[in-house]
Amino acid sequence: MSAASTNDFVIKLANVNGTGSASANGLLMKAIFRMGVPVVGKNVFPSNIQGLPTWYEIRVTGDGYRGRSGDVHIMVAMNAETYEQDLAELSPGGFLIYDNTWPRPHFLSRKDVTVLGVPLARMCNEAFKVARSRILMKNMAYVGVIAALLDLDLHVLHGLVRDMFASKAKLIDLNMQAIALGFDYAKENFSCPLCFRVEPMDKTKGKVMIDGNTAAGLGCVYAGATFGAWYPITPSTSLMDGFAKYCAQLRVDEDTGKHKYCIIQAEDELAAAGMVIGASWNGARAFTPTSGPGISLMSEFIGFAYYAEIPFVLFDIQRVGPSTGMPTRTQQCDIQLCAYASHGDTRHILLFPADPGECFEMAVQAHDLAERFQTPVFVLSDIDIGMNDWMVDELSWDDSYQPDRGKVLSAEQLEKIEKFHRYLDVDGDHIPYRTLPGVHPKGAYFTRGSGHNKWGGYTEDGQEYKELVDRLRLKWASSADHVPAPVIIKSEKKTNCAILSLGSCDGAVVEARDRLEAKGLPLNYMRVRGFPFCSEVENFIQNHEQVYVVEQNRDAQLLNLLLAETRVKRKKLLSVLHYSGEPLDYRFVFDEILKASEMRKSA
Amino acid sequence: MTSFVKPRIRRKNQPVNELGLTRADYEGAMSTLCAGCGHDSVTASMARAFFRLSIEPHRAVKVSGIGCSSKTTAYFLRESHGNNTVHGRMPSVATGAAAANSSLTYIGVSGDGDSLSIGLGQFVHAMRRNVNMLYVLENNGVYGLTKGQFSASADIGSLAKKGAPNEQPPIDPVSLALSVGATFVARGFSGDREQLVPLIEAGLKHKGFGLIDVISPCVSFNDHKGSTKSYAHTYKYYHKSVHADFVPPSKDIKVKYDEGEMMPVELHDGGVIRLRKLERGFDPRDRAAATMALAKAQQNKEILTGLIHIDESHPDMHELNRMEERPLNEIPYAELNPGAAKLAELQKNFR
Repeated sequence: MSAASTNDFVIKLANVNGTGSASANGLLMKAIFRMGVPVVGKNVFPSNIQGLPTWYEIRVTGDGYRGRSGDVHIMVAMNAETYEQDLAELSPGGFLIYDNTWPRPHFLSRKDVTVLGVPLARMCNEAFKVARSRILMKNMAYVGVIAALLDLDLHVLHGLVRDMFASKAKLIDLNMQAIALGFDYAKENFSCPLCFRVEPMDKTKGKVMIDGNTAAGLGCVYAGATFGAWYPITPSTSLMDGFAKYCAQLRVDEDTGKHKYCIIQAEDELAAAGMVIGASWNGARAFTPTSGPGISLMSEFIGFAYYAEIPFVLFDIQRVGPSTGMPTRTQQCDIQLCAYASHGDTRHILLFPADPGECFEMAVQAHDLAERFQTPVFVLSDIDIGMNDWMVDELSWDDSYQPDRGKVLSAEQLEKIEKFHRYLDVDGDHIPYRTLPGVHPKGAYFTRGSGHNKWGGYTEDGQEYKELVDRLRLKWASSADHVPAPVIIKSEKKTNCAILSLGSCDGAVVEARDRLEAKGLPLNYMRVRGFPFCSEVENFIQNHEQVYVVEQNRDAQLLNLLLAETRVKRKKLLSVLHYSGEPLDYRFVFDEILKASEMRKSA
Repeated sequence: MTSFVKPRIRRKNQPVNELGLTRADYEGAMSTLCAGCGHDSVTASMARAFFRLSIEPHRAVKVSGIGCSSKTTAYFLRESHGNNTVHGRMPSVATGAAAANSSLTYIGVSGDGDSLSIGLGQFVHAMRRNVNMLYVLENNGVYGLTKGQFSASADIGSLAKKGAPNEQPPIDPVSLALSVGATFVARGFSGDREQLVPLIEAGLKHKGFGLIDVISPCVSFNDHKGSTKSYAHTYKYYHKSVHADFVPPSKDIKVKYDEGEMMPVELHDGGVIRLRKLERGFDPRDRAAATMALAKAQQNKEILTGLIHIDESHPDMHELNRMEERPLNEIPYAELNPGAAKLAELQKNFR
């Protein structure tokens, strides 16, 4: 039974997509955020433009947890198609709000929840003339209802409406009116506030609400990327939208209107990959955002960039596969694909951001690493991070940052050397020097994906081939100490058990760990942030008897990568796998680890 | 591709260009193609054009895909950067490279397999974008490296070496280029260097995407009787329509024009392409006229060559993207980094 709760509950909104609900729901979440109370927002939407069910979940979490809880305390059921499902999902003691312009007596079938009917359609039809307004304003009207029920600060709500429609002043009054309709109705007809309510706090100072794709796009601007090529694919599209938006804002000469950047929408992912490789080869920082199907298509070029040693930054915003899969649902299912993408012996550098803040930082690191190691670098985000607004620490920037452009010879350096050899390991660090076209006649060389030797010439000689690919392996291995280091949280209690996880699992894992410890099961926790794995990862596993590997795919891809790339024993590792496509919730991790731990005890 | 170092032979009194470089300075590694291959003549023509235009070799970029033709970028301009990419994907690499540095001269070398089958998509989209490059398509109607399969440019009825006729209609790169808005479209023949070298010069100087479809017979797999891409067949049905000469900006261009000669086409850098109508000539500045002439020639099974279409008015990729003159790869980081204060300001919208 849900108990009364201030600042700790979940409100879920069930809508029909294409009806303008997303902005109303975002407004609601931001109002709570502006009241100083931490929030977690998850948008679960269909691969469709209009007419299919969509849900938005707002977790109000005074404790500042960053994952889902798995509960629903207040359901705003605005989609008749999903009424049954939405009613069933409500936790006991919860509230269901629906549009009772068309009454549904069967909602009373559950005795353990309270149903609050509001005649939203009737009120909006009476108040608004235009047909589209009548649909859109129903959303704002339920925002008003919720504001009354949760005791939200109306001033905050009004301020947000003014911000949101700053450029369309006419809409401000309309939206304010709709909010008031709902607010007044709730005040008159229900006992407000409910047992679930929001009380102002001071826990969002220094925080922002931002999605991972926007943060990554902004990160590419700060990294100094001047070229981006892409083929539109859900859920990566908003990354290039973000880059384009900030470039238009920051990189256009005020006097001439000329751009200091170039963005090309390619004809497919293959071309996007080729363009980025061409631009990187020619000395511009460049990147492509895509998703799993795009990585499949780009694979031939990924091998080319690996073998010919060309920097190549890719963002893979992972979605549910295989094949077209479920394009708007989240997973971490491309870990193995990206680790070894392309035919032949290839292995790549991977970065695993856990939230939009890390998307911003790792966008910069990816460019540095790609140029330092002259190789493809993948930033493995996912829909949950990429397309949901997360509350994160305000993004910060070190003004002393200088990009690491890697080992590129200048005209002066070329002038001094006798002869340039593209693939020669001059410094003994496995990284050869490269040159850019047009800089100096001595720098010219022939880039090829066919067999080549350390001098940069064509070869079909076995020994010459081996010498080069052996160096590539060493070069890749040496990047382990340069990718972002793992984050470790140690239990204050002594334990030989641990959790190992990555990316967007973090919020749920941190909370599950706290709650398991409170239940008498202390665990250490390591979150890996890069591949190749540094020695710390292996040591961490070796120092524990049992490690629960939490990840979001069916085939335990992280676990298998650990087995393939470290010397750890299989029996130490136990998989906790979540792959339904919904963002991970702490309860799932908690239950799975508790179950496994009890089985272990009884064994 | 196998390559051998070619000895540099210096002769007395050999001609030098404006940079003081000789023709030998524009050569590359020794060709490993079959003796008599049309591609080797095209390679020599490309080297000649770069020499005549006095382009510094290291300021040129050669890109190619996969196939016999794509190998040839190793056989000229040894002091240029080359990029032998993946099959059919050269246009995208060239597009990215050109975007990063607009100040270099880009030449792509491809074949009918690389361009018209696996790479058809990238080929047409590079033309749509009007990437500033010259694209030389060495067209022999056959797959050489895999030993004799028909390519997509093989004509209906053309016979394979073992006698089987091709039954699928061909893709004509010139018609295709005209239909997708290419701004410089020409056809040449590896056996006619007099025509080809000036076409390459003009194509290199054209601002935007230049296509030269060069009929370049394959002596090993497609030079037999019954093939419509053989030397014999090409010589027999070959029709020169419009001759194009490139006149550099430094030369006095106020020359007299013979009767039948057309007005010069002014290029962006001040140079001029001088057009000369030959038998059954037409005005290549008129896309519709070019399309008509091409269709008629095809109906008569003639091979129409020369400069078929030119349009200097269409903006190239850089202009379409409103990019500044300075190459992207030369913009200092200080100009690209918005800084910490700006980041704080931007985030006001995220509260």
